Amino acid sequence: MKDKPQAPDQPRRFRAIGEAYLYLAPFLLGLAIFTLYPVIRVFLMSFQSDYNYLNGTYAGWSLENYQNVLTDPKFTQAIRNTLLYVLAVVPISTILAVVIAWLLNRRLHGSAIFQTAYFKPMVTSITAVGLAWRLMYNQQYGILNYVLSVFGVSKIGWLTDPKWSLPALVIFGIWNILPFTIILLLSGLQNINELYYTAARVDGAKEGRIFRRITVPLLAPTIFLVCIVNTISSFKVFSELYPLFKGDPGPVYNLYTVVYYIRYMMMEKREYGYAAAAAVVLFLFIFVFTMIQLFVKKKLRNRS
Amino acid sequence: MRRKFANSIAYLVLICGAVMMVFPFLWMFLCAFKTHYEVTQYPPQFLPEQFSFENFKKAFSMAPFLKYFVNSLVVMAASVICTTITTILGAFAFSRLRFPGPEVVFSVLLRLMMIPFEMLIITNYTTIVDMGLYNRLPALVLPFVSSIFYTYILKGFFDTVPESLYYSARIDGASNWRYLWRIMVPLARPSLVTIILLNALSSWNSFMWPLYITSDAASRTLPYGLQVFTTEAGSSPELLMAASTVVVVPMIILFIFARKFIVTGVARGGLKG
Repeated sequence: MKDKPQAPDQPRRFRAIGEAYLYLAPFLLGLAIFTLYPVIRVFLMSFQSDYNYLNGTYAGWSLENYQNVLTDPKFTQAIRNTLLYVLAVVPISTILAVVIAWLLNRRLHGSAIFQTAYFKPMVTSITAVGLAWRLMYNQQYGILNYVLSVFGVSKIGWLTDPKWSLPALVIFGIWNILPFTIILLLSGLQNINELYYTAARVDGAKEGRIFRRITVPLLAPTIFLVCIVNTISSFKVFSELYPLFKGDPGPVYNLYTVVYYIRYMMMEKREYGYAAAAAVVLFLFIFVFTMIQLFVKKKLRNRS
Repeated sequence: MRRKFANSIAYLVLICGAVMMVFPFLWMFLCAFKTHYEVTQYPPQFLPEQFSFENFKKAFSMAPFLKYFVNSLVVMAASVICTTITTILGAFAFSRLRFPGPEVVFSVLLRLMMIPFEMLIITNYTTIVDMGLYNRLPALVLPFVSSIFYTYILKGFFDTVPESLYYSARIDGASNWRYLWRIMVPLARPSLVTIILLNALSSWNSFMWPLYITSDAASRTLPYGLQVFTTEAGSSPELLMAASTVVVVPMIILFIFARKFIVTGVARGGLKG
């Protein structure tokens, strides 16, 4: 074969390009309608004051939506809840996942069974398992309170006491995100060269020391990336609320999250402009973390 | 000796963890067979007196779960078929066909990937309403037909297929179309299976979008139907658990058979991220 294909004549080239776009057409069309257009539209909408969806009118361009959303106590509450949720779920799930992934990576017998057990929450409907958790959390007859009562803890109103509702959401969230976290860390562990371990063992290092001095440092980049990915997905906490609190944001409307707030503004208040402004705030948060993620990934690629 | 000791500790921790991960499912299944009295008594009783399917019958008679189930299946099938086709065509064009600036277009797409669906939902909702698809099943499929992530995975695979294969097939007179479906697609079977499984899972479990875009029983899918059922049967946890079991079991079976594919896909960032 020749190194350089001969320059094709013009009509043939146009036909080739046309054919390529024909292949791309369904993909790009879907993308344009349901991703590209909405992004632009939401940004614009967030700056249109008094936007009315029914007749498409708006009063003018301003920062009014942002001002109103950022001073709305419901939204500040939503930001606070979301941040607390992220700050609890991400570190705890990561620490648990590191330990479990490390143990799963030891190639013990029955690792297939363990994997099936650990990864199940990932493939099952959050609504369905959330309802099981709701039953387990029940104050009167829930099994969780029963287990705690063995240790002398009196019955906790997990889903009815505003003080306990966020912890209940966090525990469910951790349980739910754990499989995903374990899988990412496990594939990170499998990329560590076996030689390091062998060398350490030859030198007589103990298991705990190998874990601290070899596994953790070599896994650190993966751990960091997992934290960012989980921060982004935890920031979007929403579906978890529905089964636990029957569709309300917490027992006394104390558990608004950012995504729940978007839905509330849109479907209950019909304030599309406010919803759009809140969505842009969500986007900015995710944007910052994605940029950090890309930056770190690039750094890692350059290093290796 | 030391190694044995370490291993047994590892087993112990793993088993404890596994029990905690599995317990909510176990509890769901057990409670689905209990009577109302057994579910709500304290201290809780672990096993039901007898396993009867009474709760399932009752749940199915109280809410149109059969309809929900069929809807879920239809949406899942349509979603898988449409998305897989757009993905195959798109990935092939990006990988093999010549058009101006594929790298530029592709890097723009990768940037678009970080945009959360939660942000797009406002406009997608109005678009679907304007299309007259509110409360109709196509509304649950359309927004997800073009997946940048799946295209990215498949393009990655297509790129690894030697170019010489392409040129020799072309020289032998095969059209792009023929080459794609006769050679590339069969070669990419493992990647395609992963994509199809991830897509099927997220379609089956999808909750937020149906919550926005469907409001009557005729177009509800299982997870949202289940959520609605909590207001109808909120005081009967045994019925809720029976209904939840119906939602959860198909995907657990799928997972047991296709664990490797799903895990590989997720490791590349496919689900919940």
